[in-house]
Amino acid sequence: VRSDIFFLICLVVGGALYGGAIVLGNDYIFFAGYVVLQYVALATAWNILGGYCGYVNFGSAAFFALGAYSTVAFYRFYPLPIPILVLIGGVVSGAVGLVMGYLTLRLRGAFFAIATLALAVVLETLVVNWDYVGGSRGAYIVRPETIAPFGPYIRYLFMIMLLVAIGAVTVARLIERSRLGYGFATVRDDELAAEALGVPTLRLKLIATAISGGLMGMAGAPFPYYIGYLQPATTFGLDYAVNSIAMPMIGGTTSWVGPLVGAVLLGSLQQIAIVTISSAINLLIVGLLLVGFVIVAPNGIVGLAHRFIQHWPDDFVGRRRVGGEAAGETTGSVP
Amino acid sequence: MIFSFDLLINALVSGILIGGFYAAVTSGVSLSFGILDIVNIAHPAFIVLGSYVVYALNSSLGLDPILASIIVTPAFYALGAVIYQIYYVSFEKRGQESLRGLAFFFGLLFITEVTLVLYFGVDYRYVEASYIGPTWHFGPLDIPLRILVPSLVSLLLIAALQLTLTKTFVGRAIMAVAQDQLALRLMAVDPIRIKRIAFGISIATASLAGAFLIIIQPVEPSVGREYIGRVFAICVLGGMGSLPGTLIAAFMVGVVESLTATFYGPSWAPAVSFGFLLLTLAVRPAGILGR
Repeated sequence: VRSDIFFLICLVVGGALYGGAIVLGNDYIFFAGYVVLQYVALATAWNILGGYCGYVNFGSAAFFALGAYSTVAFYRFYPLPIPILVLIGGVVSGAVGLVMGYLTLRLRGAFFAIATLALAVVLETLVVNWDYVGGSRGAYIVRPETIAPFGPYIRYLFMIMLLVAIGAVTVARLIERSRLGYGFATVRDDELAAEALGVPTLRLKLIATAISGGLMGMAGAPFPYYIGYLQPATTFGLDYAVNSIAMPMIGGTTSWVGPLVGAVLLGSLQQIAIVTISSAINLLIVGLLLVGFVIVAPNGIVGLAHRFIQHWPDDFVGRRRVGGEAAGETTGSVP
Repeated sequence: MIFSFDLLINALVSGILIGGFYAAVTSGVSLSFGILDIVNIAHPAFIVLGSYVVYALNSSLGLDPILASIIVTPAFYALGAVIYQIYYVSFEKRGQESLRGLAFFFGLLFITEVTLVLYFGVDYRYVEASYIGPTWHFGPLDIPLRILVPSLVSLLLIAALQLTLTKTFVGRAIMAVAQDQLALRLMAVDPIRIKRIAFGISIATASLAGAFLIIIQPVEPSVGREYIGRVFAICVLGGMGSLPGTLIAAFMVGVVESLTATFYGPSWAPAVSFGFLLLTLAVRPAGILGR
């Protein structure tokens, strides 16, 4: 399917979701749906660097929080409309991703992973010490009750997050089928060989980090309006980091379908578990599923499905390797 | 702020003492990440697990925290050996350690933390011991025993590990596994067994480090997260798998953190280790005593 048509299909599905939620008439659907869509965006963004390039980012929370806090910073300066704040959040997070990538991506993958973990700690320290955005006390954002064509404000936020999620999935799919995607795959499969053949690996990795970080920032930008009270400890919480890794891993990392499936399944499961059981057990479930899936089903749900359905459309399984059943199974990874 | 000599001396000394403790916390990572190339980011979570085991033994049986941690080292060793075996079969053998292996340890970190929350709750826990209250005074200098004792035992731990690595057969085999697995196999040594032993030792240090942690400060389940960046910064700064390097780096980080906390405020201290990490990665990725 061509990308513009795919984008239209996504819009239609999104519109149907929005319409369906309105028909159900319960605003809680919008609150829960917002979180699931936010995870779709985060998981897809994580997968652009993690799944396509093979570089693990543990700092998803940091990029997410950068988006959220850039909204707070600009809100205090001048209350811009949210779509513009989303773009600003994306630019800020993307730029930070670029700088951090430049410092650490020339080294082995593990260093990058550790640096992203440390980045979350440092950014949290900065935010805690920065009174302008509330410091450790947190910041309030007063959300209007209603907004013109949407009715309750949460519907407006839901719509924005829906568009961000659709944008993220479309971008991921576009990358997958472009020269850029081939480049990313060479970095993942054998960085040394790619470098030797003249693939500009550092530049590719930097592009991936910037796009991935930028999308995470965009997912975080509307968050202060959603939550109303933004606090460093929750915004930098490990929940975001573990979820944005677990969802693509559980769904499957080789194509855009994996993070989408993983985020929708795991996100909905969590929304149900939070209401019915408890939020601590809910995180335990995520951890156990993550460990279970990486051990038993390395290619996630998409990989499992592919094993049963041989004639799966290529679009759904991503780029295959020469001689491999599906990407990620045969050859060794970059040391 | 008026510059105070007393303050400076106290900050330096407490930085050095804390540095000794950091060395013990990092020694396990130096073994697993530095020598075996296993990126065990769950290590701080195992340290917190150690703290809680020590807490349980201390509050129920009244055992000395350090003694209790020594008693449970075999259990931690076994835990480490089991984790390595799973890791080897699932990831290392298939050559997937870079992406899925990392995710595996991240998942372990999360499971450990949430299990502790579910079992012990999120309250701060602390232990009782004779050396936790008193402080020695030398003129302007104050040395709290609750930091001095763990720091000294940490040095003993590092010395014991270093002796094991350089003088015993198993220790030399562990060093060799980092350099050339095939050559080791040709010497009729099973590299997987050696790695399992090494990883077991690495996790065993976590029980001791956990005891030191809960002696120095009250512990709650997520306290380990603060140590992730610090531990890996020290490991990289010290030069990946060199225990003397780890010790030097731990002292450096301890002193600089302590000075930052004293003169700029404690809320800035966590940024220090990251600064060190980035600086090391940018300037000298091999670390101070890198091979």
